[in-house]
Amino acid sequence: MINLLSTNLIKRVQSLIALLILVSMVFACSPQASSPPPTESNILTVMTHDSFAATESVIKKFEDQTGAIVKFIKAGDTGSALNKAILAKGNPLADVFYGVDNTFLSRAIQEDIFQPYDSPLLKEIPEKFQLDPQKRLLPVDYGDVCLNYDKNYFSQHSLQPPKSLDDLTKADYKSMLVVENPALSSPGLAFLLTTIGVYGADHYLDYWKELVSNDVKVVNDWESAYYTEFSAHGGTRPIVVSYNSSPPAEVVFAETPISEPPTAAITANRTCFRQIEFVGVLQGAKNIHLAQKWIDFMLGVDFQSDMPLQMFVFPVNPNAPLPEQFQKFVVIPQETAQVDAKSIGENRDKWIQEWTSTVLH
Amino acid sequence: MDQHRPSLNRTPVRGYWREKGSLILWMLPLLFLTLFYFYPLGKISLLAFTHPPQSTATPIWEAIRSDYFLRIIGFTFGQAILSTFLTLLSGLPVAYLFARYQFPGKTFLRSLTGIPFVLPTLVVAAAFNALFGPRGWINLFLMAAFGLNNPVFTLTNSLTAILIAHVFYNLTIVIRLVGDYWSRLDTRLPQVGRMLGATNWQTFWRITFPLLRPALLTAALLVMIFDFTSFGVILVLGGPRFATLEVEIYYQATGLLNMPMAMALSLIQLSCTLAMTILYSRLSARVSQPINLKSASQNQRQLIHHREKIMAGLIIFSLIAFQVLPLVGLALRSVTHAGLERGQTTTSTPYLSLTYYRELFINPRESLFYIPPSKAVFVSLSYAIITVMMSLLLGLPTAWLLAKPGQNQSLLKKIQRFVEPLLMLPLGTSAVTMGLGLLVAFDRPPLDLRASPILVPLAHTLVAFPFVVRSLLPAWRSIRPQLHRAAAILGANPLQIILRIDLPLIGRAVIVAGVFAFSISLGEFGATALLARPEFPTIPIAIYRYLSQPGELNYGEALALSVILMLVTASGMIAIERLRVGEIGEF
Repeated sequence: MINLLSTNLIKRVQSLIALLILVSMVFACSPQASSPPPTESNILTVMTHDSFAATESVIKKFEDQTGAIVKFIKAGDTGSALNKAILAKGNPLADVFYGVDNTFLSRAIQEDIFQPYDSPLLKEIPEKFQLDPQKRLLPVDYGDVCLNYDKNYFSQHSLQPPKSLDDLTKADYKSMLVVENPALSSPGLAFLLTTIGVYGADHYLDYWKELVSNDVKVVNDWESAYYTEFSAHGGTRPIVVSYNSSPPAEVVFAETPISEPPTAAITANRTCFRQIEFVGVLQGAKNIHLAQKWIDFMLGVDFQSDMPLQMFVFPVNPNAPLPEQFQKFVVIPQETAQVDAKSIGENRDKWIQEWTSTVLH
Repeated sequence: MDQHRPSLNRTPVRGYWREKGSLILWMLPLLFLTLFYFYPLGKISLLAFTHPPQSTATPIWEAIRSDYFLRIIGFTFGQAILSTFLTLLSGLPVAYLFARYQFPGKTFLRSLTGIPFVLPTLVVAAAFNALFGPRGWINLFLMAAFGLNNPVFTLTNSLTAILIAHVFYNLTIVIRLVGDYWSRLDTRLPQVGRMLGATNWQTFWRITFPLLRPALLTAALLVMIFDFTSFGVILVLGGPRFATLEVEIYYQATGLLNMPMAMALSLIQLSCTLAMTILYSRLSARVSQPINLKSASQNQRQLIHHREKIMAGLIIFSLIAFQVLPLVGLALRSVTHAGLERGQTTTSTPYLSLTYYRELFINPRESLFYIPPSKAVFVSLSYAIITVMMSLLLGLPTAWLLAKPGQNQSLLKKIQRFVEPLLMLPLGTSAVTMGLGLLVAFDRPPLDLRASPILVPLAHTLVAFPFVVRSLLPAWRSIRPQLHRAAAILGANPLQIILRIDLPLIGRAVIVAGVFAFSISLGEFGATALLARPEFPTIPIAIYRYLSQPGELNYGEALALSVILMLVTASGMIAIERLRVGEIGEF
């Protein structure tokens, strides 16, 4: 019996080993292994956050123009990616970092991980986007965090959507708003900054107290707010903090073609906050020349006009045309709430703490 | 345990070589942990504490003693203890049913209970919402039945939601670990008890429960550590009013870029894990004893009596209602379109279609980062298989070494006692800390792994390895030393003893360990998001990519991909279960 057992066992162990070898071979033959190793000098490594996207042919165009091979490293959300870059200071993983936004700008500059580059294309880009006078971080795109509302809900209840932040504290809009936690979500932080921009650092908490008594709902992440709480996607709250590019995204990503988005953004004066995203050459980059060419490329019309439908952001270069869906369904706010990058850098921690103890407890 | 010391150890020469051999074998797990766990952890701590950001005003120690952090630590412990207790309580009846009875569909049902373990939290939240949400089936039903206008209950953003989700996720740990061990306990013991006049309750409390304690303790420890380091559940289902240490570490590291604080909290979290493990070791040393394990198939029988059938029916019904229904709801939602939940004036009747699945396979905007589902499945499976291989390769010798009886004062015993709690640490380490640690540690040749795809399965192995060791140990420790002595006297060498006695006896536990390593790898998100290359995306990464953009189609595709993840998990588990590494009942 022992013999029988052991041959049985040995057979099983053998088949197990055979399976393991097979699997490791399959893995070893995966696409990466088959391409020839490129030489050091023509590889450009771009580090960015998870939301980065681009059309394949657009990137190919850059590779054809320069003979370079572009490798992307994605490192979680904006904060994680930036943290990764800061920790790798002096021995960077990449040549270029894209995705620092104006809420992280002063911190990124303080950490001294970028080197200046005066791109010739900056001439085409409006002054208002160029927040770093030393040109270590160059603007690429912007997006406005605005209140979105469920059009059906408001027409069914014959109600006008709110026109200002003040409106949100009125009884008409009780229990209608869902916002994200500024500590953990970037649109959540943007909305907190909107209220600071409008009511000032001294009075914004009073406004939030009124929002709380008007039953504002706070969730941790944009996904929960938009897909669980927002009434346009099955929740009970008809107003949500999202982007002014969300309505066109609803059209682009509709399951059956629709001519009108089911949602709309409120773009009245001083109800939105503008997020600007920047790119920069990392200190200690192996391939500075290519990195600078890449930055020129990102600021150029080809890449700039590709961004809206890939990342749902707006080009900073006014020469880049907007796609049809954006022209039709997006209203760019005339006047956004203003908080400068420096004071965000200095007070971010304090504001979030104050907000947490006022709103959540 | 001294009286069980193998007599062969008394032969000085052989004893010396055995000891030496064991020491060499210890190098394998110790080197692995030192290189891939302690070194990265040390390096990231050093970096964090020597390069503090200029903006931090209050010294770390002051900040940590503040009420704010003390409350977080208190809550982290409180919810973990409560969740663990509930998970054990709900898992025991199911473990009993699986341990003692044979019934059609058992393997399938057991695999189904393992699926929640790998699902991304946002997806589980969606599944819960479809059932229990303000417009979920249950609320809609209650509203219709009683003619109400408002939802009867809300579940999200509450402690109840956290507890339910933790039980939902971790029930499989109790079912598998306790159920497997239970199935091997000799049924004659409780039978004798009953013959001697004990009631059912007395037999359970006085005989079965004491025998089960090693497995119960192990399951409790693993569930407790998972709940203690809970992230997604707290974030998504608990909402902003609840924060565990893990959530706070993530916020400090990525929201405030305050690495010193993040590291300080990580170290606190680690100390707690260590303390829990030491407590566990003390307790389990007291309750573990070698017993006669039997083949599961000898212990199991069909459901015969009415009472048994009713009991089984009730347990299976509750299990399906709690664990399977949300999954079915999710699968249904991924093929149902339009109407109801959109709240439109022109409500079209909902219809079934596979649009979301079809859309997964096209790349309409020719995005460079489009992930074909087949690729995500391939990458996820490859990582999972590598993780299973690596963690078993490390875990088997480690568990063998830990289970080895030895003299109390011997070097071996000392190593055992010292290493055992340390092995659990990777499981209690925050994903952000671990991910960033690996990145800063292997940043230059010869080990420049930062851009290497191997980092992902390596991180998965770090989490799976302690799990594998823990699942193997109770079984291995329960093997009677007499068996080893008898074999040795008959001339078997240690390897033969392992292959011919130990492995057949603990075969089920190896399978259980493999299944856990497999599911840990398939479901891991936190560290993967930091380490994965865009060319090698896993299924959870792809799911989050869809979820992070607005639009019905994105949401639907995320659901469709979650269903694919469920299918991959279930079929993987069933495949591993079929391997059956020599079970005792088969000869």
